[in-house]
Amino acid sequence: MTDGRKREVRITRGRLALYHALLLGVVFVFWHLMTNPLLVSEEFARNTAFFFGKPLLVLEKTWDWFAGGKIYEHLLVTLIETLLAFGIGTALGLGAGLWLALSPLASALADPYIKAMNAMPRVILAPIFAVWFGLGILSKVALGITLVFFIVFFNVYQGVREVSPVVLNNARMLGAGAGQLLRTVYVPSAMSWVFSSLHTSVGMAFVGAVVGEYLGSARGVGYLILQAEGAFDINTVFAGILVLTAFALALDALVSFAENRLLVWRPGQSETDLL
Amino acid sequence: MQAGSGAALALENITVTFSARGAGTQTYTAVSDTTLTIAAGEFVSVVGPTGCGKSTLLNIAAGLLEPSAGNVRVLGESLSTINRHAGYMFQADALLPWLSAQDNVELGLKYRGVAPEVRRLRAEEWLARVGLAGHGHRYPHQLSGGMKKRVALAQMLILDPKILLMDEPFSALDIQTRQLMENELLDLWSADRKSVVFITHDLEEAIALSDRVVVLSAGPATRPLGEFAIDLPRPRDVNEIRLTPRFVELHRQIWHAMKDEVLKGYARSQRV
Repeated sequence: MTDGRKREVRITRGRLALYHALLLGVVFVFWHLMTNPLLVSEEFARNTAFFFGKPLLVLEKTWDWFAGGKIYEHLLVTLIETLLAFGIGTALGLGAGLWLALSPLASALADPYIKAMNAMPRVILAPIFAVWFGLGILSKVALGITLVFFIVFFNVYQGVREVSPVVLNNARMLGAGAGQLLRTVYVPSAMSWVFSSLHTSVGMAFVGAVVGEYLGSARGVGYLILQAEGAFDINTVFAGILVLTAFALALDALVSFAENRLLVWRPGQSETDLL
Repeated sequence: MQAGSGAALALENITVTFSARGAGTQTYTAVSDTTLTIAAGEFVSVVGPTGCGKSTLLNIAAGLLEPSAGNVRVLGESLSTINRHAGYMFQADALLPWLSAQDNVELGLKYRGVAPEVRRLRAEEWLARVGLAGHGHRYPHQLSGGMKKRVALAQMLILDPKILLMDEPFSALDIQTRQLMENELLDLWSADRKSVVFITHDLEEAIALSDRVVVLSAGPATRPLGEFAIDLPRPRDVNEIRLTPRFVELHRQIWHAMKDEVLKGYARSQRV
């Protein structure tokens, strides 16, 4: 019975993937038709091509980047910025979240400032970071950190607050000291919340990196887009967006993979381990 | 260790008063002037209507809660922090969900700084004793309700506590699993007779397991209403013992006392 059901799901999934591909194809064909003088007037095609670029040229540009090897250096820079922002932002958020969640006084004291800093549109800090840290990767990492920190911080804070009192008492009865409680109960509980917000925080680290590059840099995919925009090279801009999108999807898939590995203990996370 | 005193655990004139939720000077007395003594190796059940402060009493004995008045003595010594001689089995799931069954059972030894190889072996031994050999790699959510209780039992017993505090540990289980667990508990207990305080609202369970049944009044201001020695022979099988005439007699007797007093207490609380 379960076999039948599973097969059914798989067929639907396969179909779905096919429809997804078809939908993408339709969009590209429509794009192509609107920007070439086949069905539409030459003037209309010229105008749309100016604003939206031509799909074949965009794909060609993308192909050139990868085949010519030019893109890898920029992708690597963006990746490094994203990973650094994510790693440092998570570590800081975890530390601050644990500290404030376990210390009511510190929490009460810091509360309005945390709220204010979170409410502030932090992208506006990018120019300041550029002044402080220069146009290298540091200013991008700093921007990413400010974005990642708050996501992780609030999740850790929540995670610590929501530790089951029964589990906590159980650990105490088993003889846990304060440090052991922190390591075996609070941190794992907080980490589960951090992991469940991985998609958002990695995404934010990526946004920080790209926005930082776009506002001023010498390398990175955001820099490529900035350069192309300056030259009104709309095809390259779209190629850059395409690469960034694919890159973000790849990162997201990586996060899903890590999530499934790290949260095996969570109900519903890994069906294969179930009886 | 003080053999002279005889009592493994003594609650002396315990009163617990909580300040009511919200502002104001209103207070709520959960437990009032309760004295309860558990001898070494004695299995005592505490029964009472739901919400009568049974768990509060157990938390006091565990040192998780400080009484407003009164004193707790553990093996003759006054209790001021967590009760190191006691193991606690909770009503709700208390296993750490992010640890496998094996790691959960090892936890107490880990806290005590026991070497990894030693605690791994001992945890495997205990998992086998509670009938879960080969299930150590599973996480709590992958275990059935009964299996989780077995892990919790092993987690508690691996530390070899002198006193077991059990707060309606099997109340969430279906009746068959529950009786299996009760028999298993009796088997494990008879191996080295620890002192047990077993909280339950099920009188049958209380009689089938215990040497003595303490009946509590309805809350607020819970106090013991009566004690009944259970003279049923051991070893017992909880399924069979329920059918013996002596069991039925004891059940009738305690239920009679409990019902009368509980109703009296209920009526009193309604009048106030």
